[in-house]
Amino acid sequence: MIDNSFMRDPTAETSGTRRARLAPPPSLDGKTVALLDIGKMRGDEFIDQIERRFAERGIATRRYRKPTNTRVAPTELLQRIATETQVAVVALSD
Amino acid sequence: MAGQIPTNGLVAFVKSECPTCALVEPVLRRLADAGEITVVSQDDPSFPATVSGVVDDTSLEWSFRSAIEAVPTLLRLEAGRESARAVGWAREEWRQITGIRDLGNDLPELRPGCGAKNVEPGVREQLIARYGDSGLGSRRIAYGGWDDPAEMCFERGWTDGLPVVPPTDARILNMLSGTSRRPDEVVGEVPPNLRPCTVEKVAINAVMAGCKPEYMPVVLAALEAALEPKFTLHGLLCSTCFSGPVIVVNGPIARAIGMNSGVNALGQGNRANATIGRALQLIVRNVGGGIPGGIDRATLGNPGKYTFCFAEDESDPEWEPLSVRRGMSPGVDAVTLFQGDGIQAFIDQRSRTPEELTRSLASSLFAVGHPKLCEFTNAMLVLSPEHYAIFRAAGWTRRRIEDELDRALIRPGRDLVYGAQGIGEGIAPTRADDMVRKFWPGGLLIVRAGGEAGLFSAILAGWTGGRFRDESQPITREIRS
Repeated sequence: MIDNSFMRDPTAETSGTRRARLAPPPSLDGKTVALLDIGKMRGDEFIDQIERRFAERGIATRRYRKPTNTRVAPTELLQRIATETQVAVVALSD
Repeated sequence: MAGQIPTNGLVAFVKSECPTCALVEPVLRRLADAGEITVVSQDDPSFPATVSGVVDDTSLEWSFRSAIEAVPTLLRLEAGRESARAVGWAREEWRQITGIRDLGNDLPELRPGCGAKNVEPGVREQLIARYGDSGLGSRRIAYGGWDDPAEMCFERGWTDGLPVVPPTDARILNMLSGTSRRPDEVVGEVPPNLRPCTVEKVAINAVMAGCKPEYMPVVLAALEAALEPKFTLHGLLCSTCFSGPVIVVNGPIARAIGMNSGVNALGQGNRANATIGRALQLIVRNVGGGIPGGIDRATLGNPGKYTFCFAEDESDPEWEPLSVRRGMSPGVDAVTLFQGDGIQAFIDQRSRTPEELTRSLASSLFAVGHPKLCEFTNAMLVLSPEHYAIFRAAGWTRRRIEDELDRALIRPGRDLVYGAQGIGEGIAPTRADDMVRKFWPGGLLIVRAGGEAGLFSAILAGWTGGRFRDESQPITREIRS
């Protein structure tokens, strides 16, 4: 039975209690950027613009699209993004 | 918590499944009818049925705060403080506390009560966690109602890749009940980060590994042995080799906590074997910071790095247990930590004499590390009952087996030097004229374990750090409560 809403830290407590985010890469050279359209209106316009900007700087991109913005992304889509690219830009809103 | 108990007056704690509580129901009814008592039920507020206004204490908060150990318990409170207590039914004590001289005339003079629900195994620790002061010093990691704490442990990198038991206060307190050592006692500094590890941190990781409280003394002893400088845990951990700590448990505690030394002793399925070894590895990971791919640079590793712990079969009084061979007194609980790889099978279903079997074992033991490497690693031989029976029938003791194997494991250096036999690997050319031992003296540890059937023993190769015999050695340590 989980009787309270906390656990105790099993570590030597040398890092913060919050999970650290991955640091952004120092450079996009040689990396492929995922452009994820989550399916909201005009997301594609935003992705078009971003794609153009990356292309001007010689940075490779790949486009992805969630089937619907009303559900979380399918695991298969997330796995594809994780294996095919190193950085992701998500068009979150309309 | 439903209802309140008064700060002044009489309070009785009861539970419906207690015969003594049922016996005193007429007394409770008389006192309640006179408005002189509050009855608190631990399990069923409809009990006693003839008493109105029973306080529901199924949460056991009042019972915990009042330190009830048995029911019925009668308390007199004055300004919120207890001034008198009677445990069970003791007619004279109840009369003194209530001031009613003819109370319980129809009842026997004395009836012991039943154990209170708030002190049942596992319950007390949950109540401390919920209503008391746990005294734990490790920082809290909060989670929300929709979070899965088991998944959180994965996300935080606290696991070996398998699920862990989330370390809640109740579980940690329960684990700490398995040792008499103080939670804030520092056991040692765990490499690679050399962070101090308290008994409390050991308990937290033992919870996560799935240990029972009675395993704690073994886990603590294993950690102490691992932290002995001669065990060279840091080197073992960061090595590109396969090795990890292998724990062998000797003494009565192995049977007491249900460890397996028999069928499938090196395999899965026994909670003590599985979780004690795992707890040590989780401590190294979580407290010491020993993360695979980080400081742990094993080229391949081995499945024993999840856990590798078993007990020696001490059922034969003729056999000298490993711990005794290594200096402990007979009957003393002990752990031996060995820097070991995975299992190399030894199959011999034809040898029938101890001499044949010795030669056969030696031929397989030569393969430890590499057939041409000598005085390079230690090794552990796990002798199965059927192989041991061949030695035993001939009257060979542990010492005799060791001596005969030592002799059988010596070869001419010229066959072993670099390039000999068309194989680059080997020993230095300067040894060409020597007779060379496979293992350093004392470098072959023999343990008895395994199921009754099967002429199969096991060889565990040791870590290559064993070639520095004065720097890296197996460690045996007494298990203390």
